[in-house]
Amino acid sequence: MSETKTKTAETMAETMTGAQMVIRALKDQGVTHIFGYPGGAVLPIYDALFEAEGIEHILVRHEQGAAHAAEGYARSTGKPGVLLVTSGPGATNAVTGLTDALMDSIPIVMLSGQVPTHLIGTDAFQECDTVGITRPCTKNNWLVKDVNALSRTIHEAFEIATTGRPGPVVVDIPKDIQFQNGNYVGPKAVHHRTYKPKTEPDADAIARAVEMMAGARRPIFYTGGGIINAGPQASKLLRELVDLTGFPVTSTLMGLGAFPASRPEWLGMLGMHGTWEANHAMHDCDLMICLGARFDDRVTGRIAAFSPGSKKIHLDIDPSQINKVVQVDLGIVADAGKAIAAMIELWKTRKTPAPEIKDWWAQIQQWRGRKSLAYKGSDTLIKPQYAIDRLYALTKDRKTFITTEVGQHQMWAAQRYHFEEPNRWMTSGGLGTMGYGLPAAVGVQVAHPDALVIDIAGEASVQMTMQEMSCAMQYDLPIKIFILNNEYMGMVRQWQELLHGGRYSHSYSEALPDFVKMAEAFGCLGLRAQTPAELDGKILEMIDTKRPVLFDCRVDPVENLYPMIPSGAAHNEMIMGDLGETGVSDAGKMMV
Amino acid sequence: MLYEKDTGDGVRESHTITVLVDNEAGVLARVVGLFSGRGYNIESLTVAEVNPAEHTSRITVVTSGPPHVIEQIEAQLARLIPVHKVTNWTSTKGGIEREMALIKVAGVGDKRMEALRMADAFRARAVDTTHNSFVFEITGAPAKIDSFVELMRPLGLVDVSRTGVAAMSRGPDAM
Repeated sequence: MSETKTKTAETMAETMTGAQMVIRALKDQGVTHIFGYPGGAVLPIYDALFEAEGIEHILVRHEQGAAHAAEGYARSTGKPGVLLVTSGPGATNAVTGLTDALMDSIPIVMLSGQVPTHLIGTDAFQECDTVGITRPCTKNNWLVKDVNALSRTIHEAFEIATTGRPGPVVVDIPKDIQFQNGNYVGPKAVHHRTYKPKTEPDADAIARAVEMMAGARRPIFYTGGGIINAGPQASKLLRELVDLTGFPVTSTLMGLGAFPASRPEWLGMLGMHGTWEANHAMHDCDLMICLGARFDDRVTGRIAAFSPGSKKIHLDIDPSQINKVVQVDLGIVADAGKAIAAMIELWKTRKTPAPEIKDWWAQIQQWRGRKSLAYKGSDTLIKPQYAIDRLYALTKDRKTFITTEVGQHQMWAAQRYHFEEPNRWMTSGGLGTMGYGLPAAVGVQVAHPDALVIDIAGEASVQMTMQEMSCAMQYDLPIKIFILNNEYMGMVRQWQELLHGGRYSHSYSEALPDFVKMAEAFGCLGLRAQTPAELDGKILEMIDTKRPVLFDCRVDPVENLYPMIPSGAAHNEMIMGDLGETGVSDAGKMMV
Repeated sequence: MLYEKDTGDGVRESHTITVLVDNEAGVLARVVGLFSGRGYNIESLTVAEVNPAEHTSRITVVTSGPPHVIEQIEAQLARLIPVHKVTNWTSTKGGIEREMALIKVAGVGDKRMEALRMADAFRARAVDTTHNSFVFEITGAPAKIDSFVELMRPLGLVDVSRTGVAAMSRGPDAM
């Protein structure tokens, strides 16, 4: 009886204004924090928010920051991130963050104000076609023209953002709808007619996968962000599957942390800046088991030369990813956690012995011996690799979350900051958004007030969203911005050196701000390290400071990032820091 | 090359794909945007609401590409939230495809008589007639319309309007 009663209460309509519905729907969705920026077309919602309890609003300094903060919040908690923006520029400013979330499958819900319905299409002040602009960069979006459809639409938006392959959604709400009275319905009232993502794996496919794995002699797990998105349980199951099989594991940029970097089966990241052992193992394997990754071009290199001798299994929750880039021998459409659990169960029931892969491991040990992440140290200059190594050594025993911007520093962080747990690593993978890391750190710190949150940054990227330092100050968010300052857009400079004859066209950061003074202007602590000898002390000072810190770490300006698979090359054609030849073909120079 | 697509040795196939969608605002833009955004080709497009009670519309697209691209097109369409069902009539082989066209031919004398004779042979109907022109209505498989248009060209063809393909399965079942 009580169940029926509860259900009635949840689906029973209540009358309130559209703006009140927004707040109520957020509460019913369990939202405790939203990132936003007010403006004319969302004033009624901000008015409702003024009186609302239980939802904290974080005022960003630019809507792109709100979107990245929501992403950081989502990636570090597994819960959806929410942003609230006004019409026109409020919505267009958030587009980069929405696209970023789409590329990396991050659940964020954007609520945007729109001009009143009678003004839509008249080029009204701060009007833009928000649903038109955001259609290709969201999983789905809606313009709500009927107040009675508003609460259902918001609940549907949350469901679509967080289930199946997660992604960003937008609900665009005209101002008159926010003022009108209508009926509110709760989350339980939503039943979508067409959206039914498949999460349960097909038993036959699992059986075939287990057979292929049992017979493999040179297997490798190639894991991705899908494991992280499937929840912490999926990461645990991955460990168990590796315990049973003894197979080596590599991961994409997005999947770092799903498998502990300290375990002997870990080969490091793969791809363009992956380790020698990971890429060679991918190239020479006889069975590739791709779990929740999507054969991105940064991972595969030249498709025609990608792991030519292997059978391939591809597990993905999104059917459109199977055979999109690489033709596979077995596709499994399912939630990563559920599919891995099914593999484990079948492996155990069949009492499958661990496959004989001793020779394979011996080969991998040889590749490891190449020590592809080694670099030439210096007593006078801080090498960026050294800076990351020290940062890792001094922070690894704390509850640390790392975000990054995009470029060389991001790859050094991915190579050298070793993760043991999922959800600790927030980086812009697919879109490669410079300016992601600082606002993402804001979002992470909001979700984890007591954790150590560090944005490993470059001096160029960080200037793209620098103003969010002010947001961090306002909400006492003690984020640490650790800038590897080489005075160059380092990745651009490196490509110009390798591919464009050393013509450094517009990649030198002239007229850089004094980051220490800048920190002080924001009310943060500014620190600078210029020699290896002073680095540890300064890092410890940064860690011990209970407010935002901007750390200007002056590094070797011309250090290059290796290993590198040059454009148009295969996994076994990597170039290393200690070899002079770039090995880039003319065709390769055409590639990004 | 990094982004070199395997074009299946230049094999391009034409496929007719029907998408049953919720008839909500922007759904056509979503489908068409998918084609343009991912670089797929649209050769013809037909769309109308088919069930007002259920608010469903049927979109039929004729597209072309190598087999693995066609497979991607189907998968990408199925992924759109308002999509109920995607059917490829070309690979299922069980489809009927028909198109309607209006074809205007201007001329006098022998050419005019020849146009009328051809129209009769193709079972095209004159829906507008003047002393020096016809508008023919013709239905059939797209190839039949192609042939008719080619035959009319030397006989004074001035205008062609085609609806694009509508498709349906043979036998008693719905798509």
